[in-house]
Amino acid sequence: MQHELIFAGFGGQGIMFAGQLLAYAAMDQGYHVTWIPSYGPEMRGGTAYCTVVISDQPIGSPVVKHPSIGMIFNAPSFDKFVPMLQPNGLLVYNQSLIPQSTTRDDLLILPVSATENAPAPQLTNMVMMGALLTVKPILTLDALKAALEAHIPAHRRHLLKDNFEALASGARLAEQVTV
Amino acid sequence: MSRELLKGNVAIAEAALRAGMTAYFGYPITPQTELLEHLARRMPELGRTFLQAESEIAAINMVYGAACTGVRTMTSSSGPGISLMQEGMSYIAASDLPCVVVDVMRGGPGLGNILPSQGDYFQVTRSAGHGDYHPIVLAPASVQEAVDLTILAFDLADHYRHLVILAADGLIGQMMEPAELPPMRDLSDERPAYALTGAKGRAPRRIASFYLQAEAEEAYNLHIQARLARIRAAEQRSTEYFTEDAQLLVVGYGSAGRIALSAVQKLRAQGVPVGLFRPISLYPFPEVRLRQLAAQVSAILVVEMNAGQMLEDVRLTVAEHTPIHFYGRMGGAIPVPEEIENALLKLLPTEVLS
Repeated sequence: MQHELIFAGFGGQGIMFAGQLLAYAAMDQGYHVTWIPSYGPEMRGGTAYCTVVISDQPIGSPVVKHPSIGMIFNAPSFDKFVPMLQPNGLLVYNQSLIPQSTTRDDLLILPVSATENAPAPQLTNMVMMGALLTVKPILTLDALKAALEAHIPAHRRHLLKDNFEALASGARLAEQVTV
Repeated sequence: MSRELLKGNVAIAEAALRAGMTAYFGYPITPQTELLEHLARRMPELGRTFLQAESEIAAINMVYGAACTGVRTMTSSSGPGISLMQEGMSYIAASDLPCVVVDVMRGGPGLGNILPSQGDYFQVTRSAGHGDYHPIVLAPASVQEAVDLTILAFDLADHYRHLVILAADGLIGQMMEPAELPPMRDLSDERPAYALTGAKGRAPRRIASFYLQAEAEEAYNLHIQARLARIRAAEQRSTEYFTEDAQLLVVGYGSAGRIALSAVQKLRAQGVPVGLFRPISLYPFPEVRLRQLAAQVSAILVVEMNAGQMLEDVRLTVAEHTPIHFYGRMGGAIPVPEEIENALLKLLPTEVLS
């Protein structure tokens, strides 16, 4: 088993944290995992992305040219990364901020109105995560919640409830959509 | 101990603390800055010395001073900063002082960029600075190995009283992976016999790196060369995958080695008899084992994130006995497994392909 995910969006949308949280959960479930940020000459408001590989075997390359799962948070990332996804891959995208669509017919596509349905815009990432793990349970939502509880910094702990709510909101949205 | 999800830079910093590093001096540069950042917080917590110097030149000379006092000390940087440290490293080496220098390699030459590279192989393995010596050079391919090799770097530095460079690339520095950290070692109050600790009540000691007479300088050089011979005999390190029956051999270190492993695994699943040899010590180069493997295979593919630097060590080791090919990416470009697979497939006779 190996999953290769790309998380992409604007800086500030919680792209890096969403990837890290999944990596923590995968580690806590006993999987091999790598997380790599894009760290080129980035700027505030520019694009940010990170790559997560989860495997039951030791991971060779942490660098992925054609991810099996795309978690796309904004329009520029949609144009950049959707063409790179593996055939028969999964695309989860934030419909709130992405008006365009793709002509690819070889992907499972889950549009999620994530920003609109987030308890706060900062929790868009958790709505997306809830949707992802509902449509493709590479880990359980409970495992992700446990990782969040275990690794959230102390000064953010009061936001746990809102994060859980955002995850549940994403799960509901995914259940309503026929992928 | 449990596994933690750690960024390579942070893992190296924390491992250095646990190895007993008492004084760190550095200057920020991407892609190693998290290393310095982590220590800026942790060293004062532990009552140890963290100092952000005014330049890399100052930082390495502070390391020189701290090493004179017999404590475990380290600095870290990336290509441009490592270039500035060359003079200081040569002085440290020529004073028989142990210390650890971390180079998280980035794209070059010149200011280059902040992306992962292995372009400093020549710089770190040939002679860090002027003169006539080699540092010990270790190259991790995972966050766990970065932890383990950081600990080893301090131990080897003390054992041989020699400069040790941890040569990581930007990918190792920036990547997060699960890793297990060793427990914190107790700091010893005891200082080594050479340490400058204040001469009150005892004969003064002297640490210097100059010998005005040719005979004296040559005698000192022979002393360094004898030490390097001991290091070459005892410290060659490497690991290998699928080599038992390999007829093709990939040689790669650090991130390039690990990316090559994906290509090797994929071709193995298709029945292609390919193996991977991954040097862990770049100096001493693991020539004994590579020579054995070279006798067994029909061709070698060297993979690096540079224009072919370790390639020269492979050529020196294997000579003309086995055909050697090269695949490299430069300037911060990272090879993907498919590229390495394609480079390997070109070396295969057609009957194995079908």
